[in-house]
Amino acid sequence: MRPDERLAMSAVPETFATAFRLIVHADPALVRTVALSLAVSGTACLCAAAFGLAAGAWLAVVRFAGQRAVLLVLDTLLALPSVVVGLAVYLLLSRSGPLGSWGILFTPAAMVIAQTILVLPIVAALARQVVADALRDGGDQLRSMGAGVLASAMLMLLHERWAVATVMLIAFGRAIAEVGAVMIVGGNIDGVTRVMTTTIALETSKGDLPLALALGLVLLFVVALLNVAIALFRRGSGPLAVELR
Amino acid sequence: MTVLPASTLIALSDASVAYGPVQAVRNATMRVAQGEFIAVVGANGSGKTSLLRLLHGVVAYRGSREVSRPSGVQAMVFQRPFLLRLSVWNNVRIALWLAHRHSTSASRNERAEQALRRVGLAALRDRPARSLSGGEQQRLALARGWAVRPDILFLDEPTASLDPSAKNDVEALLADFAADGMTLVMSTHNLGQAKRLASRVVYMDEGRIDIDLPTSDFFAAGAPGRAGRFLKGELSWSLDG
Repeated sequence: MRPDERLAMSAVPETFATAFRLIVHADPALVRTVALSLAVSGTACLCAAAFGLAAGAWLAVVRFAGQRAVLLVLDTLLALPSVVVGLAVYLLLSRSGPLGSWGILFTPAAMVIAQTILVLPIVAALARQVVADALRDGGDQLRSMGAGVLASAMLMLLHERWAVATVMLIAFGRAIAEVGAVMIVGGNIDGVTRVMTTTIALETSKGDLPLALALGLVLLFVVALLNVAIALFRRGSGPLAVELR
Repeated sequence: MTVLPASTLIALSDASVAYGPVQAVRNATMRVAQGEFIAVVGANGSGKTSLLRLLHGVVAYRGSREVSRPSGVQAMVFQRPFLLRLSVWNNVRIALWLAHRHSTSASRNERAEQALRRVGLAALRDRPARSLSGGEQQRLALARGWAVRPDILFLDEPTASLDPSAKNDVEALLADFAADGMTLVMSTHNLGQAKRLASRVVYMDEGRIDIDLPTSDFFAAGAPGRAGRFLKGELSWSLDG
């Protein structure tokens, strides 16, 4: 083994140890970054859920001319590059842009907008698929019971709420893990718009691997925690979680 | 548009249903009167389910379909009932909410309780609907149908996938519903069931209503042609020959 390889091998455990220390001692910079990341991505997912779930369910229930084209566009947007979203939002919110007067570029609000746009197609497309599959099974029954378009869409979202929760988890994973859009519209300003992914990118380029690694571990831990929470809720509450009044 | 006789709930005249190139129902003409229990019988693929959907109005059709009370409630129990991933109670409650949105929550609750008691599922009201046995799920579907006080309850082979005990339970419930004056239209393969329960039998063959007679006449008459072969069990699962 070459000397530089030996050095690298010995640095890895040390990096991990420092990363764990940062997590265990709740390093203020780490906590602030994680909190902002969760707030931005969580808010973006809530916004995307409000529009995307309704739009997806509606697209599954209705039939209209040009629907195939709409679905094609929606499916294409699933692969929307985050830097493209960042650039588009930047152009909209920059001083010379149509929404420049809002003055929110390089703020968490801009990051929320960018991430909402990024995950909206994911939420809408997957929700549409979930509801369409459910309708194949029970659409006739709902129609027979007198459910219209809106009622069918909402009932199927309720019926498939665990699949919907998984959709939202996927959306959250995409939002919290993306770096391009938030870097462009947030500017990675320390203490203001610096989130986990932009910090990881910055600290890695600076060679401060422990903080980057600690944030990477927290990122994984957050997603794992959400998975566990959904699994526990599903097992503990089951279909009785929703009680209609 | 003609004025239907007072007792007539639905009248079909020359009505047809097609799924692409497949003619499922051909030129059906029949009436459903208040209080009848009609059994629609026929071999597989003869158009029984499509006739039920046509009568129910949940399928596109050509021809005439008149309903005496267009704003009235109809319900259908499917062979494999679709139950929402909710409790037994909420499945009935949602059916009531969809059918009677302007009634009060208290009256819907009361009706839901009556329905579950009637089918013997009151003790299981908090159970997830999809965890029930096949027979219990079918009884829940019947409770959901009965609860909304339909003008007509359609039943698409309601006992086809049930064991003999569950089948007996469902038949007893249907007999109860009929005794209460509810109008029922049921498709079935089971001629014994049609004989036991129905007041009238409609025999379908290749999408056409071939015979439409009171039950006693249908079974006494020695039906001609393919209907006769069906009665002898020769056409129960296929349409060959």
